Amino acid sequence: MEPLSVVTGVGVPLRRSNVDTDQIIPAVFLKRVQKTGFEDALFYAWRRDPNFILNRPEYSGARILVAGPDFGIGSSREHAVWALRDYGFRVIIAPRFADIFYGNTAKNGVLAAIMPQESVELLWKLLEEDPGAEMTVDLGARTVTCADVTLPFQVDDYVRWRLMNGYDDIDLTLQHEDDIRAYERMRAERFPFKPRTLPARHMPEEPVTSARESQIDWPGPLADRGII
Amino acid sequence: MGRTMAEKVWADHLVRKGQGGEPDLIYIDLQLMHEVTSPQAFEGLRLAGRKIRHLDQVIATEDHNTPTIDIDRPIADRVSALQISTLERNCREFGVRLHPLGDADQGIVHAFAPLLGLTQPGMTIVCGDSHTSTHGAFGALAFGVGTSEVEHVLATQTLSLKPFKTMAITVRGQLKPGVSAKDVILAVIARIGTGGGQGHVLEYRGDAIRRMSMDARMTICNMSIEAGARAGMIAPDETTFAYLEGRPHAPKGAMWDQALDYWRTLPTDPDAAFDKEVILDADQLTPYVTWGTNPGQGLPIAADVPVPEKIADPAKRQAAQEAIDYMGLKPGMPIRDIAVDTVFIGSCTNGRIEDLRAAAAIMKGHHKAKNLHRVLVVPASSRVRIQAEKEGLDRIFEDFGAEWRNAGCSMCLGMNPDQLVPGERSISTSNRNFQGRQGKGGRTHLASPEVAAATAIKGTICSPADL
Repeated sequence: MEPLSVVTGVGVPLRRSNVDTDQIIPAVFLKRVQKTGFEDALFYAWRRDPNFILNRPEYSGARILVAGPDFGIGSSREHAVWALRDYGFRVIIAPRFADIFYGNTAKNGVLAAIMPQESVELLWKLLEEDPGAEMTVDLGARTVTCADVTLPFQVDDYVRWRLMNGYDDIDLTLQHEDDIRAYERMRAERFPFKPRTLPARHMPEEPVTSARESQIDWPGPLADRGII
Repeated sequence: MGRTMAEKVWADHLVRKGQGGEPDLIYIDLQLMHEVTSPQAFEGLRLAGRKIRHLDQVIATEDHNTPTIDIDRPIADRVSALQISTLERNCREFGVRLHPLGDADQGIVHAFAPLLGLTQPGMTIVCGDSHTSTHGAFGALAFGVGTSEVEHVLATQTLSLKPFKTMAITVRGQLKPGVSAKDVILAVIARIGTGGGQGHVLEYRGDAIRRMSMDARMTICNMSIEAGARAGMIAPDETTFAYLEGRPHAPKGAMWDQALDYWRTLPTDPDAAFDKEVILDADQLTPYVTWGTNPGQGLPIAADVPVPEKIADPAKRQAAQEAIDYMGLKPGMPIRDIAVDTVFIGSCTNGRIEDLRAAAAIMKGHHKAKNLHRVLVVPASSRVRIQAEKEGLDRIFEDFGAEWRNAGCSMCLGMNPDQLVPGERSISTSNRNFQGRQGKGGRTHLASPEVAAATAIKGTICSPADL
């Protein structure tokens, strides 16, 4: 993973709270089996609106997103972070993040920086006064600089250390292989009743027949009937 | 001082205590997998030359993309078909137990595992799906994870986690007739907000919870994530044990007794302290319906759609205005005046047998309202479907004019063909009313199976008592 220490780039003021992961990337794009190439799917529905902020030319090449509280709520889809990352965002700033989304950011070299609502409001104001302005996020110093204002942000120490070094989580965990083995020995002794998925045990076999769409009452799609 | 249930389960899974700001390393008993959040995890293992650490602690099924009709024919959507065949190939290659489409145990991950008896008290359970919180109904610590963490668990059977905070949600007294588990959880989310549970494990307590069946408890824990919580839990009791006993993967004989002894130690100690406490009075609750575009935007069914100008907090006012615009509602209109196009009964929130029974009991002898485009009834798992058909519920639904379908996530998130079209309005027993969640431009009102069934009869939002 690419280490992250200082990010300078165009900041986007996204004046919305409760940005859920269904807005960040709709479910239809979750059918892909790759881990990259999701930039086209980011904010897919909102980007159909020509006035949506990311469609404005000043904000092209943006790297820092400044959003309202409870960013990333809802579905656990890591695709939301992949879409933000693939679009070019390395930093998301918000007063509060949903837990699963927050966890997913750091695993993909994206910083979720927590700032108080007042700081976010100030950044929104500065970025709106000068659309397309660049700002700088310094992870080492834990500060955001925009115009002539420098503000602190919060980040978990461990997350910061991992991001700055670009460490792979699985490698870090496997350093504790002895601890995992010791736990597994204790577990076998103390909790022998814990379930195992193999060998498989089943309820009685039952045939499953397919449901079919009823052709009798089906009046056709709503759109064809002029309802919508 | 005593410990909460969440703290006990955490302590019993502690592989390594984090030093100096590091997270703890926590052991994971069981991982559930489905086709959407797994392909990149398998690919990661393959690229790194890693194996799955414990094949007997993982199980997979197909649910998100699967069609709910014609499952014996090739899947028409080629991208969906590829994702499902990718899961099948990965499971074969790595040796993971899979319940594919057409198998009697196939279904939504959060429905099939409890039915097999794989969800048990005191376990840690993860899945690349936020509604993993469902399994907390058994006193398990269960939570959704991202795909990187799915891969991490496959490779190491552990996760690096900061300890969660704890919040007690006490529901005192007894629910009134016609008020269900769904109404309780919608009321909780409306009270604490979509971020109110952030970083916390919610423990649901109190008389009203104790009286609930396992199906109802799963409905409550399922939507903990909608309050922003990491997980939801309910202490195991005789109801839990009775549900588990005899299920295929429940312990047997002497193991059952040993397990019971352990499970009885799990409930929160009387002198334990929670970081936060919320109290609700069950007898004050009425059926709840959401009017907006997040699950916190819900109100009692007798209420009116909010008037944004009257909301003092500017951020909330703006959010309400945007939601009302998107939903095509008029500020101040009674919720009961909202006419719907589609009724969806199903999902990991409300697609279990008791939910279907509750809906069928209301629909029996009636026919769907003339203004309705469709009523979809989608069992959460194939076993639920088989059971419902044995009870004749499918015939009640079909006589009503509803479509009886195969198991899966279906219209909850519209990854398969079951989607709303732009502007179409649904009342849905699922868990999320986000913009476009059930199909691009679709408008979703969340409610209980009882309210959804009554609405299907009348055509406008109502409770069974309004009929």
